[in-house]
Amino acid sequence: MNPFSVQHIKHTQDITGLSTEDRAKYIAGGTNLIDLMKLQVETPSQLINLSQWEDEQSITEHDDHYRVGAMVTNTALANYAYHKPSLSLLSQALLSGATVQLRNRATTGGNLLQRTRCYYFYDTTNACNKRQPGSGCAALTSMNRIHAILGTSDDCIATHPSDMAVAMIALDAKVLLTAKSGEERGVPVREFYCEPGSTPHIENILENEEVITAVIIPKQRHGSQYYRKVRDRSSYAFALVSVAAGLVVKGNRIEKVTLGFGGVGTKPWFPASAIKMLIGAEFSDEVLDLAIDAELADAKVYGSNNFKPDLLRNTFKSVLNSLYEHQCENDDYEGALYEN
Amino acid sequence: MSTLFVNEEAYPLPEDPRTTLLDFLHQHLSMFGAKKGCDHGQCGACTVLVDGERINACLVFTFQLEGKSVTTIEGIAKNDELHPLQKAFVERDAFQCGYCTSGQICSSVALLGERAAKNPSAVTCGPDYSSKEDIRERMSGNLCRCGAYPNIVDAIQDVIALEPQ
Repeated sequence: MNPFSVQHIKHTQDITGLSTEDRAKYIAGGTNLIDLMKLQVETPSQLINLSQWEDEQSITEHDDHYRVGAMVTNTALANYAYHKPSLSLLSQALLSGATVQLRNRATTGGNLLQRTRCYYFYDTTNACNKRQPGSGCAALTSMNRIHAILGTSDDCIATHPSDMAVAMIALDAKVLLTAKSGEERGVPVREFYCEPGSTPHIENILENEEVITAVIIPKQRHGSQYYRKVRDRSSYAFALVSVAAGLVVKGNRIEKVTLGFGGVGTKPWFPASAIKMLIGAEFSDEVLDLAIDAELADAKVYGSNNFKPDLLRNTFKSVLNSLYEHQCENDDYEGALYEN
Repeated sequence: MSTLFVNEEAYPLPEDPRTTLLDFLHQHLSMFGAKKGCDHGQCGACTVLVDGERINACLVFTFQLEGKSVTTIEGIAKNDELHPLQKAFVERDAFQCGYCTSGQICSSVALLGERAAKNPSAVTCGPDYSSKEDIRERMSGNLCRCGAYPNIVDAIQDVIALEPQ
């Protein structure tokens, strides 16, 4: 591992006084960054240690939203969300990711910024435009079973790996950012990530030396909810396909649908086209097909991941059908469904 | 001086910030109970407790743990009395080569605390936290290449059964 220096911050205002180097990186839990540093994929010259950042380690409930500090661990957020019916989708998503050991270290801010698990991004002997701009994309013509079908480009087909971010997108959360100048701004998570295009190394709209300070989750009704993650083993694996969904029906009519897709997009995928088809429609198998058809209209497959459109369709329909059946019998229900 | 505590003893943080907790235990304290399996957070052989919570010692720099209290497998037994989980692992033959065992035991010690705190898991729905399915999910961060999983789950269930319900 390359040498680096360390700076520490304890309070948000300390960010404004930082003397940072060109290749400085913030380190929160470090579960992804340290791994990448060992592999020489990340080679920061300086780390800014957020472990003692006292201001952003808690969750607070307000009249119309929850505020989750950037340093709240995935475990703490999953436990909190489990007891809040309108957040139980988020709890399911968090608990389906990684392991207890990793969730105890991983943070809310860090989870949003974790890097892809594309094999070729990790393997420095392979071409990767995300790791080394202009070097090419080995995934396009090689084994690409875990890769994206939505939002891809000729330069990158890597998926975003976060389960939490898929739920945050579904729940219409917003990230709060603080710049070194002290300036603050809020950005919907749905607009936080960039599609790769010809610049796959640019993954989000963070500008130089901005740091995520918190995530704001609006208080909304999401009805019956479910985070379904399809993967190669039943625990501790990244999603091949995941569907985060909430459904409110009145009679047979879809009053509200909450959706996010994981494992299929180059960013946590907000299925705006599918939602548009579903809102206000009479619930039926046909309308589900029309909705997923609309979302998959621009999907592109790359060989080993040719199964993903069908897997996404079937998972989406299975989840929505389960939620619909549950809503028909419990139309005022708010919370997640569990398999057992 | 910046310190961290390991099994209730205070130690100064190492000078080189690249030192992970696992390397610190091995190279500075000669504590080899926590094992280096993958060194990438995938196998769980390096699992230790930090302020009672289990983490992968290979994926944390020591400077991130200033003032924290680390418990390794060497600190699980008290006054020469094995922890009930250590006894259960022996009684249930919950290992073969033993390389993953210190991580498995540290992880399952933390599991008991998480269960007492009623922390949910991906399969938890309702008050029963002791099913084999739930234990397997909670222990999925600890791999065993010998495949001793059934006996590991049995050992954990034995200790859960000893606790006041």
